[in-house]
Amino acid sequence: MDDARAPSRRRFFLRAGGAAAALALAGCQKLSQSEWFPRVLVLGERLSAAAGALVPRKALAQEFSEADLSPSFRSNGTARPQTAAYDALLEGRFADYRLVVDGLVTTPQRLSLAELRALESRTQITRHDCVEGWSAIGKWKGVRLATLLEAARPAPSARYAVFHCADPMGYDGEDPYYESIDMDDAWHPQTILAYELNDKPLPVPNGAPLRLRVERQLGYKHAKYVMRIELVERFDHIHGGNGGYWEDQGYQWYAGI
Amino acid sequence: MNETTTPPAPLAAAASGTLYRRHALAVRLMHWINVVALTVLLMSGLQIFNAHPALYWGKSSYTGRPPVLLIGARESGESGMAGFTRIFGREFDTTGVLGLSRHDGEVYAQAFPAWIALPAHQWLSMARSWHFFFAWVFVINGLCYVAYSFWSRHLARDLLPTRTDLASIGASIRDHLRFRHPTGEAATRYNVLQKLAYLVVIFVLLPLIVLMGLAMSPRVDALFAGWVDIVGGRQSARTIHFVAAWLVVAFVAIHVFEVIVTGLWNNLRSMITGRYRVPEEKSHG
Repeated sequence: MDDARAPSRRRFFLRAGGAAAALALAGCQKLSQSEWFPRVLVLGERLSAAAGALVPRKALAQEFSEADLSPSFRSNGTARPQTAAYDALLEGRFADYRLVVDGLVTTPQRLSLAELRALESRTQITRHDCVEGWSAIGKWKGVRLATLLEAARPAPSARYAVFHCADPMGYDGEDPYYESIDMDDAWHPQTILAYELNDKPLPVPNGAPLRLRVERQLGYKHAKYVMRIELVERFDHIHGGNGGYWEDQGYQWYAGI
Repeated sequence: MNETTTPPAPLAAAASGTLYRRHALAVRLMHWINVVALTVLLMSGLQIFNAHPALYWGKSSYTGRPPVLLIGARESGESGMAGFTRIFGREFDTTGVLGLSRHDGEVYAQAFPAWIALPAHQWLSMARSWHFFFAWVFVINGLCYVAYSFWSRHLARDLLPTRTDLASIGASIRDHLRFRHPTGEAATRYNVLQKLAYLVVIFVLLPLIVLMGLAMSPRVDALFAGWVDIVGGRQSARTIHFVAAWLVVAFVAIHVFEVIVTGLWNNLRSMITGRYRVPEEKSHG
């Protein structure tokens, strides 16, 4: 029927196909760097967060046995905060350390490490899942964030707990590390501020003197070197406005996937 | 066969040389959405893998046992750097492809090379954004396809092998190996190997990839604490996710090969416009 036209049409399709593939690849690079496309991709994160909300609020993360412990618990990111203030705390073996709980609370708190250790503790063997893809299993002992919140009594308007940390980030060391979680995670029984790892005081590379464990989220949510917990209604005025240091670098706020 | 709600093609359409409607619009649309989604998922997935180019078996990465797969780059003699891939303790020099590769004249130490990764260079957060957006496209498209296939009887009519099909598996394998393809009326149906391959990919391989992807989510893991141990733990799930993705690539390679050898333009047209020309009967020998 149309055999005479077929070869040129085929050549056209082949060329068009090749050109389309090359263009698509170059286009994807451009799209990644554009202003608007990442905002479209964010819809995927929204859907993931909505789907994650289907998991019951109080569902517990898996806990493991001593046999599953990783021989040494890997440290990622900051291995030791390079500031004079942290050096001074470390020198005094954290005797001068005070955890501040403030923001939208009725009774702000200021607690020393000894006071935190005197509170009821929780011990859990859990898996730490880094956004890079690796996992490590460690035994954590600490105080439940819920215990601190019960004392501080958040205002009804409080929607997020923001963790301000002692480690400066970025090339210039200007941006401090910080993170934020919602109140479901904040009140969750496995959300603790750990001061021990594998039956020993929390090592400096793992966030001494106090780090967050928020077991149903990826590693970067587990803020190390926690200095202050601020209860807020919104976090768009804090640092980059995305709710965390890595979130300000483009990582997802919902780190449940 | 015709699987739209329009009346089925008349039997005469099966006569050699005639054009008939082979693929419904819905199937064609979902097929091409799937092509885009799986391509982006593979490429962005490889860039995510590049952030930690090692695979393990078990609940964690640090169990005292070495990784089952490790891709990396290291200093190497006077030539500078070399890329290597270690599988089950056996090491291979993979400079230029894995571990260390060239792109736009520059040498990069990244596990999978720029030309197969999205974004091309190390950018984990962007790779994740692409991956999870298209994971939703893939899952929603896939659910629509499965629902449509049941509802339209595409599954029962075109994909499920008949008793006669199953009895002819041996003959079908021989035909495939000799590149003998059905003609005339027989060419209007999927052959038995084709049916089985599609069923395994649609109902086993692709759902397995999704499930193993979900197994890597710490939130989904909490749904029933410990369910991930069914496959050996989260790091095993990550390894299965990776291997299954490459099995899909292998399926696509065979699929595209068969598309080419059984008539590229005819097949391509049938997946774009829906129209397929019934191959002429040939006398063999």
